[in-house]
Amino acid sequence: MAEAAVEVRELNHFFGTGEARKQAIFDINMTIERGGLTILMGPSGSGKTTLLTLIGALRDVQEGSVVALGQELQGAAEAELVALRRRLGFIFQAHNLHESLTAIENVLMGLEVHGTGNRSVQRKAAAHMLDLLGLSDRRSYLPGNLSGGQKQRVAVARALVSNPEMVLADEPTAALDKASGHTVVKMLKSLGVLRGTTTVMVTHDPRILEMADRIVTLEDGRIVSDTRP
Amino acid sequence: MNRLLTFLFGRLPIGWLQLSHNKARLFAAVSGVAFANLLVFMQLGIMGALNGSTVAPYSLIQADIILSSKEGNTLTDSENIAGVRMFQALGVPGVAEAMPLFIGTLPFTLDDGTSVSLLAFGVDTTQTRFVSPGIAPVLGRLTIENTVLLDRDTRGMPASVVEGLVKAEPYSFEARGGTLTAIGTMEVGGGFLADGMLVTSDQTFLRFFPTRSSGAPNHVLLQVGDGVSADTVADRLRIALPADSVRVQTTPEAQQADRAFMSTERPTGIIFGFGVFMGILVGLVIVYQVLSTDVADHLREYATFKAMGYGQSFFLGIIFEEAVVLAIFGFVPGFLISMGLYAGLVTVTGLPVTMEAGRAALVFAGTLAACTLSGAIATRRLANADPADLF
Repeated sequence: MAEAAVEVRELNHFFGTGEARKQAIFDINMTIERGGLTILMGPSGSGKTTLLTLIGALRDVQEGSVVALGQELQGAAEAELVALRRRLGFIFQAHNLHESLTAIENVLMGLEVHGTGNRSVQRKAAAHMLDLLGLSDRRSYLPGNLSGGQKQRVAVARALVSNPEMVLADEPTAALDKASGHTVVKMLKSLGVLRGTTTVMVTHDPRILEMADRIVTLEDGRIVSDTRP
Repeated sequence: MNRLLTFLFGRLPIGWLQLSHNKARLFAAVSGVAFANLLVFMQLGIMGALNGSTVAPYSLIQADIILSSKEGNTLTDSENIAGVRMFQALGVPGVAEAMPLFIGTLPFTLDDGTSVSLLAFGVDTTQTRFVSPGIAPVLGRLTIENTVLLDRDTRGMPASVVEGLVKAEPYSFEARGGTLTAIGTMEVGGGFLADGMLVTSDQTFLRFFPTRSSGAPNHVLLQVGDGVSADTVADRLRIALPADSVRVQTTPEAQQADRAFMSTERPTGIIFGFGVFMGILVGLVIVYQVLSTDVADHLREYATFKAMGYGQSFFLGIIFEEAVVLAIFGFVPGFLISMGLYAGLVTVTGLPVTMEAGRAALVFAGTLAACTLSGAIATRRLANADPADLF
C-alpha cells in the first residue's frame, strides 16, 4: 500500500458561534496516498473547499485529526503550520498575483520563502517553470499586462517552482483554455509520477475528471462517493 | 534601484515595488512626509533662532559668574540688582574682579522713518576683561560722552550706515531726546526682543536712561581668580548672598537657564514646541494612512504569501521597508525646501535661522522613527489577511 500523504480521521468542522454555529464537515475519514491526483467534487457548500483548507493548514482543526505529510495539524503550533505550508503548493481560483511584481518575480516568491539557494539559480528555475507553461515571452510582464489565463499559469508556476510535496488546488483550470488546462493537469500528473508529488484538487471541470486517480464527492459535509476511475 | 535593494535586503524589495507601482500614491505620500518635515524644520529653525538670539548677547561679555535679581528672567529680560551685592561678592574668596552691567531697550528712528529697537549694554569702559576680545580694544573710546558701538547686523539698518562705520565714519542718530554717535561696530544680530544691540559706557547709558541708578545695575559680572573653579566660587556666593533676592549662576548655567526659560515658559517657545508636535503628528497620520491603505489594498496578496509559508517577520519587513522608503524620500525634499525657506527667513527677519547638521540628523532620525511607528500601527491590519479566505 502506498504511503499516505494525508490522513483524515473523524473530522468535524464548524463555522460561527452560539446559535449561528453551523457544521460544515461531518465525521470525515479518508486517506490520500502520495503521488496521486485526487479530485474533490461536490455542489457549492458541500464542504470540499473547507476540507482543502484544513488539509492545507489554513484553518485550525477543531475536532478530529488531520495528519498532512506526517504533521499532525490538531493543536499544532503556528511555526509548525508555517513549516508545513512551505512544503505545499497552493493554486487558487483567483490567481492572487502581486500586481507590482513581474511574472518571474511572482514565481520567485515561491522560492524565496525557503530562504536558501543562489539567486541566479532561483531565477533560472523560475524562468524554466514559466517556459514549461508557455510564458517564456511574458517573464517580465506585470500581471496587469497578462490575460486571465496567463495570470493563472503564472500562479501555477509559483506553486510548482519549489517542487512541493503536495499541491492543493482550487479550480486551477477555470480560467484556462482547454489546451492550457490540459498542460497544467498533465504537469501535475507527471510530478506525481516523477517526484511523488500529491495533488488534491477541487474542480468541476469535466475535462480533468478522466485524468484523476481518485474522485471523492462530498455533499452536505459528508463523503458520498469515493471512486478510482 | 530594484537590483540595489534586492542586494541589500537579500530578497525582492516588495515594499519599494509596491510603493513605486502606484506613482500617484507614492507622490502623495512623499509630499505628505516632506510637508511634515518642512513643518518640523521651520518650527525647530525658529526655535533655534529664539534660543540663538536669546544667548547671542552673551557673546559681548566675558564673565565666569553672573549675579542677577531673582525677579529677572534672562540676561536681557532682567530686573535690577542692588549694587551692594557686587561689594559683598568681592569679599567672597575666589572672586577676583567684578563689573556692573546695565541693560535697557533704546528705540530710535532711522532716516527713512523705520523704527528700530536696540538693546543697549552699559559697561565700565575701564574693565576690558569683561567684554569680548572683539570690542575690548575700542572700549576706551566709549569714554567719550554719548559714543556707542553699533551692531552692524541690526535689522533694518541701512547698508550705507554700516559701510560708513566700517570705514571709521561716525554715524550720529537721535534717541530719547539726545544724540548718540556710533564710532564703531560689533556683530550680534537681532532677536525677538530687539532689532540689534548697542554697547556704550555706563555713564552714557545712565544719561539716556535717567530713571536708572548707578547703584542698581541689571547684573553684576564676576571673574574668579586664576586656577579657581567658577562652580566652587558660585557655591560660596550662594551661601554668602541672600537666596531670596539674588540669583548666582555661572555663565554656562545662565545661558542654559535662558534657553530653558524661552523654550518652556515663554508663549513663543511653547507655541513653536507645539508646532513641532503638530508636524510630527501630521507626518504620523499621513504615513499611517498611506501604509494602512496599502496593506488593505494588498490583503489578498499578503494572504497568499501567508498560505505559501511566509511568516509575520516577512510582512513586518515589507511595511517597515515602505516606512523607510517614505522617510528617506520625504526627508530629502523637506530638507531642501527648508534650506530655501531658512535663507528667506534670514533675509526678511535677520534672525539667526540656520540649518545645523545636528538638527538635520535629529529630524531625519525622528522621521524614520515616526514612519516606523506608523508602519508598526499599520501592521495591525495584517491580521485581516486570512489565507483561508482565498479559497
